[in-house]
Amino acid sequence: MSAARTATLRDAVGLGLAVGLYGVAFGAAADAAGLDVWQALALSALMFTGASQFALVGVLGAGGSGLAAIGSALLLGTRNTVYGVRLAPLLAPRGPLRRAGAAHWVIDETTAMAVAAPDRELGRLAFWVTGATIYLGWNLTTVIGALGASGLGGTAQAALDAVVPAAFLALLWPRLHRGWPEAAVQRRVAVGGALVALLLTPVVPAGVQVVAAVVAVALAGRPRREGAR
Amino acid sequence: MSSGTLWAVVLVAALGCYALKLAGLSVPAAWVERPWVTRVVEFVPAALLAALIAVQVATTGPELVVDGRLAGLAVAALALALRAPFIVVLVLAGATGALVHVLTG
Repeated sequence: MSAARTATLRDAVGLGLAVGLYGVAFGAAADAAGLDVWQALALSALMFTGASQFALVGVLGAGGSGLAAIGSALLLGTRNTVYGVRLAPLLAPRGPLRRAGAAHWVIDETTAMAVAAPDRELGRLAFWVTGATIYLGWNLTTVIGALGASGLGGTAQAALDAVVPAAFLALLWPRLHRGWPEAAVQRRVAVGGALVALLLTPVVPAGVQVVAAVVAVALAGRPRREGAR
Repeated sequence: MSSGTLWAVVLVAALGCYALKLAGLSVPAAWVERPWVTRVVEFVPAALLAALIAVQVATTGPELVVDGRLAGLAVAALALALRAPFIVVLVLAGATGALVHVLTG
């Protein structure tokens, strides 16, 4: 096995283990939102895109309607469409079955790993190995998180109430900082989204304010000409 | 929300998210790779995640509330700024939330 191949496998497995930690947080968040273990697992197995899953249970946990929850999950899921377009020439899945299978694993991490690989063959390997590792780890840890969080007392519940937004913040954090393209614009959009949501909270049905926060993209997402890199 | 409704929400959202993934592998690239589309997609997560954080940390139902959750978030932000690992960030935020809960009864 070549060194590049070994490195690809090692990175893919390492990433899978790291992402597994988020699965625990997701399972706990799903439980806090009133989903049972099977529903949490169904999301991880069938939806399998972390930010959308977190958004769905986040909106439900805030007392939001099913439509608002679905809407927020789909809005975050649009990212994967763009990833798919980028991955299509690299994966070039033969036949509808392979394409249908590959599509399920088109997420942030598999795209990043596949695109970063030195050549096309390693890119494909990175995609499939990262996808498999994360899929296994994410589903396993979702169950652990959901089971672990059920039956917590008041103080533990207060801890969980603080843990879930912290997990979201960790998800958001890299987008706001150096190394991410246009991090300054991302920060403006994030602050705008939070403000819109808080301002709307007293006046709209629960959950709607989260979906409505996308207007922050139009308000704050325009590139600035001067000095912006 | 009844268990049946919850299941419907879970399955419809999962199916929709899968369709979005499949569309990316299936439609001509020119449909998706327009500058404004990629630009909106680039920034939607920041707006939605920040909105979710704000709602989870500072609201209860229709009211704005300040409690241990906000303290937990501040500690999490500090830990992230200091490049703490994910698990440490979660533990510190949880400990802070629990502590404020105990102190304020």
